[in-house]
Amino acid sequence: MIHPIPSGTRDVLPDEMRELRQITDALRRGFQAHGYGEVYTPALEYEEVLARAELSEAAPAYRLFDETGAPLTLRSDMTVPIARLVATRYPQATGPLRFCYLAHCYRRVRPQRGQPRELLQAGVELIGAPAPEGTAEVLSTLCRTLESTGLESYRVGLGDASVFSTLMNGLEVPEADRAGLLAALGRRDFVELQRLAGRTGLRESAVRMLIEVPQRRGGEEVLDHAPGPVADAVRGMRQVGALLAPEVAARVIFDLGLLRGIGYYTGAVFEVYDPALGAPLGGGGRYDDLLGRFGRPLPAVGFAIGVEALHIALAGEERGTGAMLA
Amino acid sequence: MSAAEHLRVAVPRGALLAGTLDMLDALGLSTAEMRSNERRLLFEDVGKLSGARGRSTSVSVITMRPSDVPTYVEAGAADIGVTGKDVLLEQVGIDGRAGGREVYELLDLRYGPCTMVLATAGAENARGENPAVEALRRLGVMRIATKYPRTALAHMERTGRQAEIVEVKGSVELAPLAGLAEAIVDLTATGGTLRENGLVVREEIARSTARLIANPVSHKLKAAPIDDLVERLRAG
Repeated sequence: MIHPIPSGTRDVLPDEMRELRQITDALRRGFQAHGYGEVYTPALEYEEVLARAELSEAAPAYRLFDETGAPLTLRSDMTVPIARLVATRYPQATGPLRFCYLAHCYRRVRPQRGQPRELLQAGVELIGAPAPEGTAEVLSTLCRTLESTGLESYRVGLGDASVFSTLMNGLEVPEADRAGLLAALGRRDFVELQRLAGRTGLRESAVRMLIEVPQRRGGEEVLDHAPGPVADAVRGMRQVGALLAPEVAARVIFDLGLLRGIGYYTGAVFEVYDPALGAPLGGGGRYDDLLGRFGRPLPAVGFAIGVEALHIALAGEERGTGAMLA
Repeated sequence: MSAAEHLRVAVPRGALLAGTLDMLDALGLSTAEMRSNERRLLFEDVGKLSGARGRSTSVSVITMRPSDVPTYVEAGAADIGVTGKDVLLEQVGIDGRAGGREVYELLDLRYGPCTMVLATAGAENARGENPAVEALRRLGVMRIATKYPRTALAHMERTGRQAEIVEVKGSVELAPLAGLAEAIVDLTATGGTLRENGLVVREEIARSTARLIANPVSHKLKAAPIDDLVERLRAG
């Protein structure tokens, strides 16, 4: 008899579980070796607690009610619960605090797309350590931990969440045009971005910048000749880059167009790519305002890796037949 | 990374094939085999693209129907691809709503122009209403047959009208003639097929041309060859 399970969820049988366990063991060892202590928080939280953060695309999707009628949600990431944990359990500590986790999170899925409703995330949060040192520490932890799982060909995109809005401010893009430009960039529709930029009435050099800057990505040379309005963001990226050990820096792709679909990022953002997988297998960034929403204004930075995605990338690299290795 | 020296291109069969092969020719790639062998789907080595600073990228091609191109590109099974804006409107959406495929739209290639239209039968009633307008007034909804259900529904929502979308896979023009629907939403290049079946274009929904799309990870990991290619096509 067939008893269905919800789409986007799955059973794990021993062969897969053994491989997953090897990966999570390596990740946990890696995080702990860098001084990050493992924490666990409840899968269910009060809705009003998680609603303090702008999770945007990753907003909690599942609500239920407890026996008193209070609305609960299934957590959709671990960063917000850990911000809550720091505010309540470490009310005096000034940090830096280092936490890591391996925990399931729950997201909405798009129909018929094979997306996970329940996903295992592994990550760290470094709280009380400002940019650029904190950012560089977390990036190094990310790279060294990925390497300890055996992943070889990965790269890390490093950008800044403020680049495009700062650029629009600096170029004095009319207020009425900004939402459309941001939406086109969010969809990565550069044809529409170009059309809308051409209609802003700005001078030609400014229009070119709106189109060209978010497509700049590559080695450190993309940070040269940065236009005035984004000079601060670019300086920040350069400072982070300068703090990295050479073997970590070699993994970095500087990317002025990197956008994450989560609203709480304030500065540096990153994403992990592997040629064996067509989508990023993880990401993170600075969220210097989030702890303040829980009454503990502390700078913070973290990342999360999708363990199932990492598993697919590792298997693809091993076969040498991943999506882009063929 | 060795993977960076190779690009796999998804090429659409059908109306956009000729323009796409001409584009590949103009880039100095060899398309003779693609032109002569309609059954083969994978062309391993069709030549090299040379870029700035002596960079050279080998290119392979896979061919498929246009609506499959975003599927292959999103998964990274092809680094870049060519498909119609009509396909992207249907699969990526214009408002970023759930269901959109995650691909980068890099360039308007300008060939393969066509228009997404709403059409109905030519007949009009005593009030001068076409069948779709009459159905909307008297029955409260317009039945629309289409191969582009998301595009059709989005158009009707945007214009504040209720519609019942009937998805069909084959010749859409048949639906209003046989009484399955009052209107169709379909793509037309010259309007010939519509006219032959006595249908009249009532609304223009969107204009479409061929677009160059890229996988998000390829766009980062193979930035240099992709940018070279876009630059040459833009100049060219």
